[in-house]
Amino acid sequence: MKNKRFYLIGTAIALVIAGFLSFYASSSPDGLEKVAIDLGFIDTAKESAVADSTLADYGVSGIQNERLSVGIAGVIGVIATGLVMYLFIRLIGKKKN
Amino acid sequence: MHIPDGFINIPTATTSAALAATGLGFSVRAAREKLDEKAAPLVGLVAVFIFAGQMINFPVAAGTSGHLLGGALAAVLVGPHAASLALTVVLAIQALLFADGGLTALGLNVLNMSVVGVWGGYGAFVLMRKIFRYTRTSVLIGSAVGAFISVPLAATFFSIQYAIGGQGTFAASTVFAAMFTTHLLIGIGEAIITTLTVGAILKTRPDLVFGMLKVRK
Repeated sequence: MKNKRFYLIGTAIALVIAGFLSFYASSSPDGLEKVAIDLGFIDTAKESAVADSTLADYGVSGIQNERLSVGIAGVIGVIATGLVMYLFIRLIGKKKN
Repeated sequence: MHIPDGFINIPTATTSAALAATGLGFSVRAAREKLDEKAAPLVGLVAVFIFAGQMINFPVAAGTSGHLLGGALAAVLVGPHAASLALTVVLAIQALLFADGGLTALGLNVLNMSVVGVWGGYGAFVLMRKIFRYTRTSVLIGSAVGAFISVPLAATFFSIQYAIGGQGTFAASTVFAAMFTTHLLIGIGEAIITTLTVGAILKTRPDLVFGMLKVRK
């Protein structure tokens, strides 16, 4: 498979997972949360300083439609992650010969 | 697995952040030497895929879910150094943009998932690849075992952090037992996702896979 095609398909899969499939994710607490609830130390958690931000908890505040809200948040996350990773690599990378 | 603010006290979080930073500094230096123009795009794709994968919580037991951590997956695909950096970018984006994992807890999460999860998973991968004689199958077995082990290993590190600086009043051994057993189950999911993903890339672009470097063609 050619490079361009490989990376296009890879990125498309990530976008579909984050933008569409994420809606179907289990909403049960994850392993750590569940243990914290069961044992009773969940109350020691404090709200993150960014807990009220626009994208907190993988939703876009103001968008009522659940599917749309999580999907857009996911797509933004994919783009942000790709962008930051790219800049990071450029930053640490060797200068071009 | 993302630790929120408050679970672990600040001194322990700060110490973990310092340890994590040391590990990452080592990875930055190594990645700088090794990342060429051919490998760099895959690091980006791996980060993006792990971000997406971590959004998918899968049910593991009654009322409990887990999601991909991706440390072993990233290590097999791009090597442990770049993997550590990719996981860190994912965790930073999650904490800063999505309030997933605390801000003061970021060092704890980076240590557990970007350093311990990556290197523990990679260590198991390297061992399995050697035991199964550097074949293509050995890469898949190594991916599965590395992924499986990385999850309870990261959970164990949380338990250590809890034992040192946990704000709850529960015995460290109780927390460890609960964390370890729960994350053994999540590790199975991690192994399945990791092996399927590595398998798919081995079919399409085996030349890009870092873990294939020493494998006989």
